[in-house]
Amino acid sequence: MTENHSSDLPVGGETETALLAMADHIADVVDSMLVSCAVVRGEIELRVNPADIPQVLTLLRGDRQAAFNQLIDLTAVDYPERESRFDVVYLLLSMDNNMRMRLVAAVAAGQPVPTVTHLYMAANWAEREAWDMFGIFFAGHPDLRRLLTDYGFEGHPLRKDFPLTGHVEVRYDDNQRRVVNEPVHLVQEFRDFDFLSPWEGMQSQIANTPARDDAEQKG
Amino acid sequence: MGIMDPAKAAPIPPGADQDAILRAVGDEITNRGFVIAKADKLFNWARSGSLWPMTFGLACCAVEMMHSAASRYDMDRYGMLFRPSPRQSDVMIVAGTLTNKMAPALRRVYDQMPEPRWVLSMGSCANGGGYYHYSYAVVRGCDRIVPVDVYVPGCPPTAEALIYGLLQLQKKIRRTATIARS
Repeated sequence: MTENHSSDLPVGGETETALLAMADHIADVVDSMLVSCAVVRGEIELRVNPADIPQVLTLLRGDRQAAFNQLIDLTAVDYPERESRFDVVYLLLSMDNNMRMRLVAAVAAGQPVPTVTHLYMAANWAEREAWDMFGIFFAGHPDLRRLLTDYGFEGHPLRKDFPLTGHVEVRYDDNQRRVVNEPVHLVQEFRDFDFLSPWEGMQSQIANTPARDDAEQKG
Repeated sequence: MGIMDPAKAAPIPPGADQDAILRAVGDEITNRGFVIAKADKLFNWARSGSLWPMTFGLACCAVEMMHSAASRYDMDRYGMLFRPSPRQSDVMIVAGTLTNKMAPALRRVYDQMPEPRWVLSMGSCANGGGYYHYSYAVVRGCDRIVPVDVYVPGCPPTAEALIYGLLQLQKKIRRTATIARS
């Protein structure tokens, strides 16, 4: 059956047992649609298949003991090395139990996920954001269009294979009298800011200064 | 700031000299009924003395702009009062990160401003992309969209720095604005 264990970070004694008890109960409620249910790093994580998501959410919301009746967030994570590259994540809150849980489903690129907008209104824009940023299609969504990116934007920015600087950049063209998209051209080399000293990224320039060369010659 | 002759550039502080000038002007008006001044100087005085900004508060820099208009660094004493409409403003203060989505709107607002108009770029995001320089959704400097007259560096620039930038813009107006505009 499902094994409930807590790994890594220890949770406070009482909360941990409460989480484990809830995880057990969830596994019972979800029953046949379960892939796994565990307490991972102090948080309940329930894994299901994408097609079962609306039904599982209805069960979790309707169940008296679980009562996860608030959708906090709906996002995705990209694992490009996997076959089903996206992990669609639903964060739920049970106000009665003061408990949070995570529902995860693995989805491949191009595979549609059933929408939950009829269950939670918060899912409307959250699914639009997941579509815009990752390209995950939600079947049955009333209005699935871009939310954050520019109007003619092509691409899904939060995928791991989308470059940080993107493919197009913007400037105003005097001749056309409008703002145009052009391929990206960075005039400065990419500066890596992950270091202790702000001057670490400029070692090549520092090494070539005349004073340093004199010191090396004298020394 | 450039090299300026301090004797000509600085306003005359209160004292005997200032009194003499003011008395001379007053006498002219009483005696003759009019005062003669160069038209250029008059227009520049009017333009720089009542610069009405059109705020383009996009992000965090907008708060520092509010600071500069609030009681400690009051902008109103320089004659600067914020107008919500581009049609009624002289200078556009681009305060904050300019995203790709916002760029056409910025250009449209700039086009709606009547001449003479100036642009002040506030903060490192408006100057050159700033903190988000490498982002796919950010315009690397608002000068890609509108022509900029004064850049105020900072993240955010202190309210004092913004006032300094506006005063520099005033000096630029006095120096470069002429009646004949192409």
